[in-house]
Amino acid sequence: MQAAQTTVDSAEVAKFEAMAAEWWDPTGKFKPLHMMNPVRLDYITRQIAGEFDRDLDAPLPFKGLRLLDIGCGGGLLSEPMARLGATVIGADAAERNIPVAQIHAEQSGLDIDYRHTTAEALAQAGEQFDVVLNMEVVEHVADPLAYLTACRHLLKPGGLHICSTINRNPKSFAVAIVGAEYVMRWLPKGTHEWRKFITPDELYGLLEQAGLRPVDKKGFVFNPVSWRWSISDRDLSVNYVTASVKPA
Amino acid sequence: MDNPAIFYICEGMTEMSDILIVGGGLNGPALALALARRGMRVTVVDALPETVRKNAAFDGRAYALALASKRLLERIGIWSRVAGHSQPMLEIKASDGRAGEGPAPFFLHFDAGELEEGPMGFMLEDRFLRRAFLEAMDDEPLITQVEDRVEAQEVDATGVTLQLASGKALRGRLLVGCDGRDSGTASRAGIRRTGWDYGQTALVCAIGHEKPHHGIAHQFFMPPGPLAILPLPGNVSSIVWSETHENAAAINALPDAEYLEVLRPRFGDFLGEISLKGKRFAYPLKLTIANRFVGERLVLIGDAAHGMHPIAGQGLNAGLRDVGALVDVLSHAARRGEDFASSLVLNRYQEWRRFDVATLAAATDLTNKLFSNDNPLLRAVRDVGMGVVGAMPGLRRGFMREAAGLTGELPELMRA
Repeated sequence: MQAAQTTVDSAEVAKFEAMAAEWWDPTGKFKPLHMMNPVRLDYITRQIAGEFDRDLDAPLPFKGLRLLDIGCGGGLLSEPMARLGATVIGADAAERNIPVAQIHAEQSGLDIDYRHTTAEALAQAGEQFDVVLNMEVVEHVADPLAYLTACRHLLKPGGLHICSTINRNPKSFAVAIVGAEYVMRWLPKGTHEWRKFITPDELYGLLEQAGLRPVDKKGFVFNPVSWRWSISDRDLSVNYVTASVKPA
Repeated sequence: MDNPAIFYICEGMTEMSDILIVGGGLNGPALALALARRGMRVTVVDALPETVRKNAAFDGRAYALALASKRLLERIGIWSRVAGHSQPMLEIKASDGRAGEGPAPFFLHFDAGELEEGPMGFMLEDRFLRRAFLEAMDDEPLITQVEDRVEAQEVDATGVTLQLASGKALRGRLLVGCDGRDSGTASRAGIRRTGWDYGQTALVCAIGHEKPHHGIAHQFFMPPGPLAILPLPGNVSSIVWSETHENAAAINALPDAEYLEVLRPRFGDFLGEISLKGKRFAYPLKLTIANRFVGERLVLIGDAAHGMHPIAGQGLNAGLRDVGALVDVLSHAARRGEDFASSLVLNRYQEWRRFDVATLAAATDLTNKLFSNDNPLLRAVRDVGMGVVGAMPGLRRGFMREAAGLTGELPELMRA
């Protein structure tokens, strides 16, 4: 499939293509995402349950919800969402991620529609969703405002948009680039460019400009003593997440 | 078993359970009940016929259930079935003693009145607990019980298959081994064990006595090994009497009357005349820990993961803590939509439990070494130590909370 008009930086796509086969190895290159995934899923599931009045203890709580996972990679978020009953479309601009994700979903007995496409192309095609997951993508795009505007077009009125990224300050430079890429070697060097990071205030501003109403923000905090991630109300200094709604 | 044929949907195919549990003793049924209450389909396999397990007569074996364990049993609908047979432990008295001299003055005294949570634990006979588990499983539609022996287990990308002695097969997404310290589930998965022999054997039996015990448990630290006297309903106590392997073998070979003669000076006369009730048991004290608690689509709990020294009745309590931890890990994963049988999820259980078990094994081992000794210097050290602990309410409450199973990261099923 040809992505018509796109804001994806092609050099960024190439970097992730090289890493695609390693998606599902919990001890491989994507170990930090696997470690962080439980808190990301805790946040996402609670936000969706709250917005659409679903009971997470019931079987298939997200049944009937159409969900788009942008930058789906190997399907680390798409698969849990499908397991909870959502109708999931996983989109990735890196072509090689699609067969990796498809094969894994089949092995897991899950029906997920993975597509090599972009948010912009889906918006142009008139696709609409109840939930758009936009996790760790916005810091990699060339034009964040154009990209978030496309995300708004992808939502049904009253739809939920969850967007996580990395803050821009000396600490995030130390933790996310020096720490994660150089000291711990969790991520390949050059995964992130610090100047592309966005502060929570800037992101709230961009979301509003894009026509979305921000409703919540939380920090994802890594504790090097307990070696665990947790969700924080106050500490948004490095990794953080926002929820915003498309006005009805 | 009602109808084993229901496992076959069609030729060669078996119905998929969420969880396959091997071992229908205590931890297996506890896990099955807890998971069924969260909507999971569970199959429990045990080779021993249910009628045999259900109709055991009084034999004197009993458990000291920590408060945390009692809470878990309440939440899975077991406590209401056994509460009438339980004896609360209101006080624990620990003291130093030497055979022939009787117990020395009490050095350590734990009184439940000091602990806001109430009694530190409850004594309960093995037979009542087993029967309650079996009856509760019969009443739970999501649990299938299978009387059969496991011959082989196979893991593939989507699940686990158990081949049974009868020729039937069972299939599930996750296999849990609750089959004791000689766990076939663990050895079939190639999981090795590390073990220590304590050089002691525990003699276990029920003792009737003239005077009431007032709900007080006693632990006498004797040079050959500790003697625990644990209150059962009525004028009966369960004893765990540890001796060197040689002594224990000699004592255990004695007829009942002479067995009592050897016990009497150790037991003392504070409860009046004593008599034997039920059967006599002997258990060699060995610590055996599996090198891994998890494998591919596989989890070990209870003695299959860690067969522990039963010095403080911690074996079952540690097993129920495994149950609570595994239920937390699996149900949190299910709420997030994670694949609960994935190594990522199962490793969380292993991380959680290995830490607790290592701590407990080390503490139990050390307590036993310190107290099973006739070295005058060590005796002096521990007497001073017991005096210090006894004199400081804060420290004493710490020990009591440990004994009640209230320390460490508590699973949700064990919280107040």
